[in-house]
Amino acid sequence: MNRKEIIEIVNKFLAEDIEVDPAALKEEAFLKEDLGIDSLDFVDIVVVVEQNFEFKIKPEEMSKVKTLSQFYDYIEAKLNAS
Amino acid sequence: MKRVVITGIGIYSCIGTCKEEVREGLYTGRSGIGIDPARTAYGYRSPLTGIVPRPDLKEALTRRQRICLPEEGEYAYMATREALQDAEIDLDYLEKNETGILYGNDSSSKAVIESHEICVEKKDTTLLGSGAIFQSMNSTVTMNLSTIYKLRGINMTISAACASGSHTVGLGAMFIRLGLQDMIVCGGAQETNVLSMASFDGLNAFSLRVDQPQKASRPFDKGRDGLVPSGGAATVILEEYEHAVKRGARIYAEVAGYGFSSNGVHISQPSEEGSAKAMARALTDANLKPSDIDYINAHATSTVLGDAYEAMAIDSVFGEEKTPVSSTKGMTGHECWMAGASEIVYTLLMMRDSFIAPNLNLEEPDENSKKLNIIAKTIDRKLDTCLSNSFGFGGTNSALILRII
Repeated sequence: MNRKEIIEIVNKFLAEDIEVDPAALKEEAFLKEDLGIDSLDFVDIVVVVEQNFEFKIKPEEMSKVKTLSQFYDYIEAKLNAS
Repeated sequence: MKRVVITGIGIYSCIGTCKEEVREGLYTGRSGIGIDPARTAYGYRSPLTGIVPRPDLKEALTRRQRICLPEEGEYAYMATREALQDAEIDLDYLEKNETGILYGNDSSSKAVIESHEICVEKKDTTLLGSGAIFQSMNSTVTMNLSTIYKLRGINMTISAACASGSHTVGLGAMFIRLGLQDMIVCGGAQETNVLSMASFDGLNAFSLRVDQPQKASRPFDKGRDGLVPSGGAATVILEEYEHAVKRGARIYAEVAGYGFSSNGVHISQPSEEGSAKAMARALTDANLKPSDIDYINAHATSTVLGDAYEAMAIDSVFGEEKTPVSSTKGMTGHECWMAGASEIVYTLLMMRDSFIAPNLNLEEPDENSKKLNIIAKTIDRKLDTCLSNSFGFGGTNSALILRII
């Protein structure tokens, strides 16, 4: 899966499942401050990532992810590692 | 002691999803009972149930609000939204005035069972999602509605089996009488999903009159063969009398009396003595005599034993008066945790519009019910003072008296 495909899938579930405003989905956006994703939303992101990419996010790894771009990077790295 | 009145009502049930639809259903004797094929597939003896449509809340609530609400919470939201609108209470009022919430609920099966299934399959609790815990707890309705409506007063759930909704109104009235709260959102909610009623069905308590769903719930009738489970939610806005008058609220009725008792005998069998004690205590609390009661909304669920014991209890307290009685469960089925609250709403609609809703499917009374004055067909009648009974597993009993003022 290439980065473009990852971005498409992530943006789709953030918009549809987490109901983030699609217009706000910019690479430099901060997940908490700009996209309004709170601690409970992160619990649901673990579920949708598992459903879409078939790996489980580790909370300690996710705590280092601050921006949307870093989130794409994290998923890309996990997929490449597997 | 302060006086307590009801200034708003909301209802979401199998005979209507708003109070005017329900009023019409009550007046015309409409049954809300049908067949749920999923129950047969799941292993139920009876597929009969009240058919309650799921509301679409996508526009009304945020994602966070929606994913924390279980089925019965959605119904409770719909009923509460209607009741608050009816009482002319908006979010701005609730932010500026301390308002409480007490709601009857005694299960939230679906979220609990589905969480278990995910864990069995995935072996990982982090895949349950963030809504599961908030949907799973008995207090799900009060935790969700208090958050949605920014309520800052008393906030808790009352679990008392099929008397939950009734005790909730009684306890809410106590808080207001004592001057502790001016306004409390009270009600009862009941889930209807296939997972929610399996163990109850397993007690052989449900009607098997599958070929005639709308004739299956027949309280007090000699041919009754069990109850039909149902659900939804009902909300009433309880308010301190002077507070209601001061803000110019429309008053449906006063909560004039609350009576309670516990049978202390059997976990599932009712008792004449315990039921009669709750009714007598409600009369004493309201400072009324049996002859003052114009109508009794019976608990009668269409079970052989339960209806018989209630008929005996009503006869022992009201025998000489031949007070008109009906059980609205012939139309609605048994709304369980919600029933005590919904039957307050049904009774208030009858009081508002001066009629007695029929005890549907009463074709032949049995030896106990023939002693009562059961209203089998709708009659137009001015009602000033009414009593509503609710009884539950474990022998918990509640009786409420409503009076027009």
